[in-house]
Amino acid sequence: MAEGEIIGVKRRARAVAHLALVIGIIVVAFPIYYVFVASTHPLQVILRPPLPLVPGAEGPANYTEALTGGVGRIGGVGVGRLLWNTTVVALGIAIGKIIISMASAYAIVFFRFPLRMACFWLIFITLMLPVEVRILPTYKVMVDLRLIDTYGGLILPLIASATATLLFRQFFMTIPNELVEAARVDGAGPWRFFRDILLPLSLTNIAALFVILFIYGWTQYLWPLLMTNSNSMNTIVIALRKMISFADADTPWHLVMVTAMLAIAPPILVVVLMQRWFVKGLVETEK
Amino acid sequence: MVAGGRSPVAGRPPMNRAVFPHRWLPWLLVAPQLAISLVFFYWPAVQALHQSVLREDAFGLRSEFVGLANFARVLGDPAYLNSIRVTVVFSLLTAFGSMAIALFLAVQAEKVVRGRGFYRTLMIWPYAVAPAIAGMLWLFMFNPSFGTLAWPLKQMGITWDPLLRGNQAMALVVAAASWKQISYNFLFFVAGLQAIPRTLIEAAAIDGAGPVKRFWTIVFPLLAPTTFFLLVVNSVYALFDTFGIIHAVTGGGPGKSTETLVYKVYNDGFVNLILGESAAQSVILMVIVITLTAFQFRYVERRVHYG
Repeated sequence: MAEGEIIGVKRRARAVAHLALVIGIIVVAFPIYYVFVASTHPLQVILRPPLPLVPGAEGPANYTEALTGGVGRIGGVGVGRLLWNTTVVALGIAIGKIIISMASAYAIVFFRFPLRMACFWLIFITLMLPVEVRILPTYKVMVDLRLIDTYGGLILPLIASATATLLFRQFFMTIPNELVEAARVDGAGPWRFFRDILLPLSLTNIAALFVILFIYGWTQYLWPLLMTNSNSMNTIVIALRKMISFADADTPWHLVMVTAMLAIAPPILVVVLMQRWFVKGLVETEK
Repeated sequence: MVAGGRSPVAGRPPMNRAVFPHRWLPWLLVAPQLAISLVFFYWPAVQALHQSVLREDAFGLRSEFVGLANFARVLGDPAYLNSIRVTVVFSLLTAFGSMAIALFLAVQAEKVVRGRGFYRTLMIWPYAVAPAIAGMLWLFMFNPSFGTLAWPLKQMGITWDPLLRGNQAMALVVAAASWKQISYNFLFFVAGLQAIPRTLIEAAAIDGAGPVKRFWTIVFPLLAPTTFFLLVVNSVYALFDTFGIIHAVTGGGPGKSTETLVYKVYNDGFVNLILGESAAQSVILMVIVITLTAFQFRYVERRVHYG
């Protein structure tokens, strides 16, 4: 490559770069690979370090045991139920957030009404009130509303945040006036305009945001920890924490590792398969 | 996600924005988000402010107004000052470690022609792992009794026990927290590097500057907006989003050596039930978030877009 030659990226420099990247990836991916390896070995092998670097033969047996009640015997709740809870929470947060923030951004950009900017600022300031700074009083609200141990309690307080609204507002403001006027001349009301024009134009943004929010919902920790007393409402991340005791030799590590795999595989799949939207969503929502 | 979004003022819609005339529909549309914000954000935040100037008796039956006494007690408490120190050390190490590794890898990724997509795909995995799980994975690998990576440390004669030794516990949570954040920083550094005009770098190359000199005199200064932005985001991440790592791995221990501010709020409020002081700590955290967010929108935004 001519350009490469000018700035001196010679073949050897490129080889060094590849080497550095391969080492980097080994460091970055190793912990995840290692869980997978551990999930395919029997408990006795895991407890006797060092663990082999290649998967063992117990994989099918471990996964079968975990999925057919092995996890349930430890925490009282089957892994299917845990995955279901986590999926409901992650999808609820992602879809709920997209709907309410699109609606409010639509109102703020395409309508004029009294206190419009006050509404906008009220939404914007929630950026500065993460759950950690209002943790006890929020908990008390949830108790008063009887939302402990419900999906509503796990989802609702997390679906209002300013980031998504800001993103949609910004995108909506790039819609040319002519498009709105043309739609109005053709007799389209606010709903027709939204459904036939705005929604199709927003699809990439929605996909990008969906990936980010799904991961956000799936990886929640502090909130589900507070919101669930009953084990049957736990998310898989919380349940995993409860399965582990690092001081106690009785922890069935082979099953813990299978559960860890099941807890990290779905979000990793979403990120990898929807990579294009993920990168777009990340760089655009934060920047 | 605390830090995010563009400056609310930038890109105000044109004065003659075409709009739909409607009296009640816009209210209906903003109502869900406003309702949730008021019930779950504003009301509790006001309660936290209110609670922070009260002191309750042990049974929660009576409470009296004590002014700023809770704040005085919190700020005079050695345990709280320790927690501030822990948080600063933890945040600096996490932000610096993760950004340095990510920048190094992003610069390497810029040099290669083939395989960029492949490297990126493998680099983004940790982003999808929950912080608490990241912590558990690292503790599993470095578990003193059977962790595979603790084993060579022991063979070398190092007394390794992160569950008993404060510095080792800190090293472990920093490693887990930085590891998780590499993906994020990597993607932003790659984007930042791609925005640097090739002509500048080529001109320097023609003038005889070697790759290292080019990096420190041209690339790194031009990358400053991205670096600065990431510094704020990583600080917020280390402050707030790492609760899961601390809770799952060390529980603030051993001996409060990894008790960050957020962990302490949780612990004092939910475990020790010291309501007034926990509320005062919440308010202090609120001030920190507001400062960071304001800082980000005031200074970082403008510098990110240098054309």
